[in-house]
Amino acid sequence: MTGPIPVTLIGGYLGAGKTTLVNSLLRNAGGRRLAVLVNEFGALPVDADLIVAREDNLISVSGGCICCSFGSDLVAALIDIRTRGRPIDHLLIETSGVALPGSIVQSVALLAGLAIDGVIVLADAETVEQRADDRYMSDTVRGQLAGADIIVLNKVDLVSSERAAAIARWLAEIAPGARVVPAEKAEIPAEIILGGPPDLRLIAPRLQPPRHRTADYETLNLELDGSVDAGKLGRILADPRLGLLRSKGFLRGSDGAFVTLHVVGRRSQVEPAPSWIDGPGRLICIGFAAEMDRAAILAAIRDWAPKTSL
Amino acid sequence: MIAAPKVIAVADHFGRMIDVLCNPFECIDRRILDHPPVRISLAMTTIYEARKVVTMNRSRPLATHVAVRDGRILGAGSLDELTGWGAYKLDRTFADKVLMPGLVEGHSHVAEGVQWRFVYCGYFDRTDPDGTTWPGLRSIEEVLARLSAANAGLSDPKQPLTGWALDPIYFDNRRVTREDLDRVTTTRPIGIMHASGHIMNVNTRALELAGLLRAGINHPGVPLGPDGLPTGEMKGPEVMTPIGPHVGLDRSLLASDEPGLRAFARLCVRKGVTTAADLANLLPKAAVEMMLRVSGEDSFPARIVSLRIARDISPAELIDRVIELRKSSSDRLRLGIVKVIVDGSIQGFSARLKPPGYYNGAPNGLWYVAPEQLREIFERALAAGIQVHSHTNGDEATELVLDTLELALRNNPSPDHRFTLQHCQLANAAQFRRMRSLGMCVNLFPNHHFYWGDQHYALTVGPERAERMNACATALASGVPMAIHSDAPVTPLGPLFTAWCAVNRLTASGRILGTQERISVADALRTITLGAAYTLGLDGEVGSIECGKHADFAVLEDDPTEIGGEHLKDVRIWGTVQGGRIFAAATI
Repeated sequence: MTGPIPVTLIGGYLGAGKTTLVNSLLRNAGGRRLAVLVNEFGALPVDADLIVAREDNLISVSGGCICCSFGSDLVAALIDIRTRGRPIDHLLIETSGVALPGSIVQSVALLAGLAIDGVIVLADAETVEQRADDRYMSDTVRGQLAGADIIVLNKVDLVSSERAAAIARWLAEIAPGARVVPAEKAEIPAEIILGGPPDLRLIAPRLQPPRHRTADYETLNLELDGSVDAGKLGRILADPRLGLLRSKGFLRGSDGAFVTLHVVGRRSQVEPAPSWIDGPGRLICIGFAAEMDRAAILAAIRDWAPKTSL
Repeated sequence: MIAAPKVIAVADHFGRMIDVLCNPFECIDRRILDHPPVRISLAMTTIYEARKVVTMNRSRPLATHVAVRDGRILGAGSLDELTGWGAYKLDRTFADKVLMPGLVEGHSHVAEGVQWRFVYCGYFDRTDPDGTTWPGLRSIEEVLARLSAANAGLSDPKQPLTGWALDPIYFDNRRVTREDLDRVTTTRPIGIMHASGHIMNVNTRALELAGLLRAGINHPGVPLGPDGLPTGEMKGPEVMTPIGPHVGLDRSLLASDEPGLRAFARLCVRKGVTTAADLANLLPKAAVEMMLRVSGEDSFPARIVSLRIARDISPAELIDRVIELRKSSSDRLRLGIVKVIVDGSIQGFSARLKPPGYYNGAPNGLWYVAPEQLREIFERALAAGIQVHSHTNGDEATELVLDTLELALRNNPSPDHRFTLQHCQLANAAQFRRMRSLGMCVNLFPNHHFYWGDQHYALTVGPERAERMNACATALASGVPMAIHSDAPVTPLGPLFTAWCAVNRLTASGRILGTQERISVADALRTITLGAAYTLGLDGEVGSIECGKHADFAVLEDDPTEIGGEHLKDVRIWGTVQGGRIFAAATI
């Protein structure tokens, strides 16, 4: 028995860097078989060197990943892609530039076998404020940002650091609870979006963003003995004051059975764990080194799982 | 030695006279060698006698006869005048009928031909492509009775029962539930599409099959009953899609297929339509080949103008594709126009409205295209000489199109682009003046007044804007080239009914919605012929009965110019003549 396929929405207005982020994830999939649904095949939906084969609305990507266009009918494409019979570890939806992620989240929730993992919305540091005040697009752009679990504030290298900080503060106001991750060329560690590897013990204690550093990320790798209320723990880890971007855990629930906990920004979710999970409960938390409040995280976890060991 | 046949006249495939010949073989041989693609035919002139010919030609508005050769009109006038064209056969089939130019439906969908495979559940009487009129159903009980009858006729217990055109607004707004439909059957899935096309009702079995009969669903499009389970009302395309295949409403079915195209064309004959726009088609290669083949058959009675919807591909690829499509056009299948959907619908509260927004306070609607994308499509289309039709319902969406085209035209001056606003229901007077300045056309939707005008008045946009909606008189007074449409299958195909709506502006409850925006019968008749033809770039070929145009006629039992505006929808239709071929509704 397998759990639902995690689904990540990648939203944001035109030109914010959605396609760049998708390509970066395809390059750093780390063995995961990603299925990417894009609204339309633009000039270059997938970098040419990644393409293995292309049919009408399906691109095969190296590493067992695929990319399909969905036009206006995302739900039909979600149904279709699973009837193709290809194994999928994680599904990415690159929305249209005017789509509101909130309504897509609700639609995905209607489909059996899929579970929303997180909503990533990109914002172009140079233009996002202007877009958010655009005569026509203001409510659409603000609605997109407000629906994000994580906002990737992209192209920060093109504005001053003061500017970037001011935009981040402004984003925190219009998207309360969402984490803001500054990035250049839409590069953020794939683990933040795709979650850790299936076995959490394999994850490196310290993540390096690919190629260049826009921020220092840090991980906490914990073992939790005994049982915890994973739902409550998830809600605690989603509290913005802890400064976490992504957490994943295999935890023993009150009935003794293992569950999987996913936390992406302010969103948390619990589902049955794969049957091969054994041993002590494990939890990994990823955040910015500068923002992560280790003491508060540990204190919060200890309240719920007293036998935590580092 | 072969005897030369007696040849009266030779016309090329445009219907032009080439020569009157003494030595036909020599001349034909020479022309075939010089112009191999030109088809030489031996054409016969037919002069139709009519009770009256309403031509829409200003300089000769009425006539008694019309002469036709090789599918083209030689002229309209008296028999005396027309005999000058040479030998002829007098056809008195229409001696007691009224001929109008073949009606032009400027915004419909070939899918209307598909819907009739399903059980008609509408509130109003409606005629199917075979000519059967299905009485409107006035209560949920009547709907259930018709569904039960259809259910009894199905032998396969798993086959879904599918209905369409339900409109519970007329049942005192009592919502239909899965328990209602369960009274028809609990073993077979049922799905009934609403008239708006935006909502579906399903039974319990359908919810089970789609995995949706569960608690904890949190979606604005899935209302829940007191038991915490879905009521069976599925609102919005993203909610209808997962359940559609289980109730016989597969997406592929809702696009046009071969039987659907044939059924649609038969319906055109019944409604006097000789040219109809199919307004949103993805036009994949296989569909184009099918449409070319079917529409090319000698018995196919309509000219279809199929627009390529902007979807799936980037603007650059879109325009390249449409340029290719344009080249593959035939006489009866015209391709090469782009359709862009800018916003949603007013009754679905997804149209983009300018402040102060919806009357009931609903949040503003949705954009389906970004301004930058629209701009790129417009710029590339103007540069390539491709026409674009833009779906806008709300006035904010209309404003975006006006702003965007204004900018695009500065880079690509195009004196006769005929970019057309489709629906454009809430446009105000200032916007119509801008349309005129920018050279835009508009295709308004007066059928909405009849079917949903009362709801627009009470709920969506409120009294003032409901009276202004689809401001046909303002459009004409502003000099904007105008068409009016049915959006079939959303409302029934029938330009004379649409004309009646524009002339009377009556709602289903009998309220006149905007007295000042009513138009005259003459303007309405011109709008459903030449007006619609102009928006499709076909006014040089169809839309009036005059020398050189296609011999496309609506054949009427009653005279629409005499019957009175309040009876325009009751004009009886005998059939059509399309490209000189006669199609009687009774035998189509």
